[in-house]
Amino acid sequence: MLVATALATVRMRSLFAVVMLSGVFSLLSALLLVTLDAVDVAFTEAAVGAGISTVLMLGTLALTSRYERPTKRSPLIPLLVVFVTGAALVYGTLDMPSFGDPNAPVQTHVAPGYLLQSPHEIDVPNVVTAILASYRGFDTLGETAVVFTAAVGVLLLLSGLRRRRRRKPGEDA
Amino acid sequence: MRHHLILRVITKLLVGPIMLFALYVQFHGDYSPGGGFQAGVIMAAAFIIYGLVFSLGQVQRVLPPWVVHKMAALGVLIYAGTGVISLFMGYSFLDYTALAHDPVHGQHYGILLVELGVGVTVTGVMVTIYYAFTSRTPIMSDEAW
Repeated sequence: MLVATALATVRMRSLFAVVMLSGVFSLLSALLLVTLDAVDVAFTEAAVGAGISTVLMLGTLALTSRYERPTKRSPLIPLLVVFVTGAALVYGTLDMPSFGDPNAPVQTHVAPGYLLQSPHEIDVPNVVTAILASYRGFDTLGETAVVFTAAVGVLLLLSGLRRRRRRKPGEDA
Repeated sequence: MRHHLILRVITKLLVGPIMLFALYVQFHGDYSPGGGFQAGVIMAAAFIIYGLVFSLGQVQRVLPPWVVHKMAALGVLIYAGTGVISLFMGYSFLDYTALAHDPVHGQHYGILLVELGVGVTVTGVMVTIYYAFTSRTPIMSDEAW
């Protein structure tokens, strides 16, 4: 179904339908993540990918045109690049340990430490939260700063000038 | 969307529960999937749906742009401030042991504070971006879609 949605997205000319289909695509990948037991990530994907980003894309559509212009260049070279990249990625997965393998590097490095120690050290049932907010607190601080920077960038690009003209300078950033 | 009666009624019904769910995800993140980031997005979605169905002016009367901008900065401040507090208490940056007498309780408070910071920032940022995009959009008729 993911593949079918992706193909439909490529074939569409109406950008409105493309935006809707990309929302469907994120919802489907959220389902995929749920089956992989990554509930926290699935949650984020469903909320951000299917929800907010669809709305933002619609907002962008309203600013630009609503139909894709047909391209004149041949799609052969991009198709070739995609196939080569895809083949390389699939080749890379051949070396990967199978899903859920207890001897995989992921399971033997720091993960057992986190799983064993977090009940004593942090005592929070959701280990994902414990890792995100405590063991990896610096990373999450960085992420928050990145999100904040994104907002500053959008503000500067889209609405900074107009607002400055309307209000007194220095009143609002 | 003045004439979409069903949409308007359903939105009015839904906005409250969506916000409640966001708060649940925020403060129950220790026990169930979710946390500050997801909660922030859901909270922002509540405001965005209100803005979509009613109008940008209506939602900006509830949550003016300057509040949203301050929120985005405030969240980062809460997060970094938590770290600085533990610095002042004589521990390393973001070491939550400083926040309570018991190290484990300190972790609880620390995670709660930090997630609150993330949630506030994400809500602010998402709503900011939404405002920035839609405040430039000329108002279109429904038929244009």
